[in-house]
Amino acid sequence: MSPAHYIFLSVILFTIGAIGVLVRRNAIVIFMCIELMLNACNLAFVAFARMHGNLDGQVVAFFVMVVAAAEVVVGLAILMAIYRARRSASVDDASLLKY
Amino acid sequence: MTLASSAAVPGAIPAPIIEYSQLAPMLVVFSAAIVGVLVEAFVPRALRRAVHLVVAFASLAAAFVWTCVIAGTSSLFANGAAGHVAAMGAVGVDRPTLFIQGTILVLAFVSVMLIADSSQDVSVFAGQAAAAPGSPEEREGLLAGLVHTEVYPLVLFAVGGMLLFPASNDLLTMFVALEVLSLPLYLLCGLARRRRLLSHEAAVKYFLLGAFSSAFFLFGIAMLYGFSGSVRLSSIAQAASTNAANDTLLFAGIALTGVGLLFKIGAVPFQSWKPDVYQGAPTPVTALMASCTVVSAFGALLRVFYVAFGTLTWDWRPAMWVVAILTMVVGAIIAITQRDVKRLLAYSSIAHAGFILTAVIAASAAGLSGSLFYLATYGITTIGAFAVITLVRDPGGEANHLSRWAGLGKRSPLVAGIFALFLLGFAGIPLTSGFTGKFAVFQAAIGGGALPLVVVGVVSSAIAAFFYVRVIVVMFFSDPVPDGPEVVVPSLFTGTAVALGAVATLFFGIIPAPLLDLASHAANQLFVR
Repeated sequence: MSPAHYIFLSVILFTIGAIGVLVRRNAIVIFMCIELMLNACNLAFVAFARMHGNLDGQVVAFFVMVVAAAEVVVGLAILMAIYRARRSASVDDASLLKY
Repeated sequence: MTLASSAAVPGAIPAPIIEYSQLAPMLVVFSAAIVGVLVEAFVPRALRRAVHLVVAFASLAAAFVWTCVIAGTSSLFANGAAGHVAAMGAVGVDRPTLFIQGTILVLAFVSVMLIADSSQDVSVFAGQAAAAPGSPEEREGLLAGLVHTEVYPLVLFAVGGMLLFPASNDLLTMFVALEVLSLPLYLLCGLARRRRLLSHEAAVKYFLLGAFSSAFFLFGIAMLYGFSGSVRLSSIAQAASTNAANDTLLFAGIALTGVGLLFKIGAVPFQSWKPDVYQGAPTPVTALMASCTVVSAFGALLRVFYVAFGTLTWDWRPAMWVVAILTMVVGAIIAITQRDVKRLLAYSSIAHAGFILTAVIAASAAGLSGSLFYLATYGITTIGAFAVITLVRDPGGEANHLSRWAGLGKRSPLVAGIFALFLLGFAGIPLTSGFTGKFAVFQAAIGGGALPLVVVGVVSSAIAAFFYVRVIVVMFFSDPVPDGPEVVVPSLFTGTAVALGAVATLFFGIIPAPLLDLASHAANQLFVR
């Protein structure tokens, strides 16, 4: 299988993630979709690293995993805070700031 | 870049060369942030704030002094070199970056003054962020006088990320720096003491949209890596000028990294987070974001588009034209309908991002120096304006609604007068720094052959002037509301921030030459490759 297939798969995963962010209403699900996008990036990096025959892409993938973990820590803290205050994790309910 | 020749033992990994002295400003700020975490763990509660303040101010001042020392090091720029690529190609140390870092450090110093102000409340931040608003736990925390002093290390981490962001010479470092600056800001946005629901909402919106945009940025990096086989900006530039195949990857990469960077500066159509976040976040944090983050993000945008995509100006310019025009026009027009002062300044910040983009598009030394000057002067004026907003208070917190500001000029002429000065500065009235800044960026844009952009820029400046002047009219020419907000006497910290903003706005308006010279000296060799 040529590495190009993995690139196409990563583009498909990235698109699914992006569409999920736009159409889903639950903040946690939106967040999971963003994680899916980050993992699609990882797949692309690793596939390109294989194509180019150097290790840069694999190193980037490790960094992205660490960053994604840090993002989970911060993100879940914020989502917990808003859930406790509102008893709801829907992004449609948080609509005090507008216009 | 040569590796250390420690290859005596076969298979030995050569040690990387790290130029600690050139990276010192960032290292100082990051170490101070880590010290701050330790302070949080080991210093008794009563002393924490004082220790944090000493650490924060000392580290920011030391980093600034060191930045100036690096800028004065002649060996770094010997034989007409643009600078030096430090840390095995990860960090560029050159004059534009040093100018940007110096600007960020000064602005962060003033922002920390606002963040540290405790004269009106115990702190501007929630006593106990984990307690739900209105819950018994929250009341107990308030009675016990709890204060979150973690904000100081968070601010220092964010500032460290902001210093690294424009300096990163490869896209991996830039992505990590982007997250290091963003994550603490997401948290800081949600920590307001008053109006906590608004603050939470701002944090959620900022976090979800910020993470969304950084995913785009990362996918862009993946595309550029696929195109060039490297994440180094100079290698991407080289591949772009020699390699004609795989254009799709290159252009997808430019577009997606562009989305990530334009999101951070709040350009239309990636601006929707800005008004909500600026309004909901605690005002001192808004001041930090509106000044330092914008400066840092523009620095990164300039570096990526001038270094990595510098040979592709004709390909990205049309798209950036559209973004710049939309940003100026949408920012200025929607600002007219705003009734909240912080939201108004958020839309004004969007419009200003558009003005700076006109200079970025010029892709020349003049464009770079114009942007640098604009960023420095706009940043300090913005902090001053948000500092004034913290002074106009109702019993429940800040009085942000414009109707509450009616007649402020009659009740407190000095504060209203200073705010009017800031607004005139934003509007770009002569004898304020805003005029010189606008002149510099528009001149650079004309030099780059973008006359239509400048016409749009001038028209939207005129639209923007309308709503700035309307605020002044509300403050000075309408009757005070009966139970109007109180204008509190500023504490030493806030007073200093307001005074610095006012002095800088006037000084760089009347005598702009020293800073203009500094900016053009910083810009004349562009970025190191």
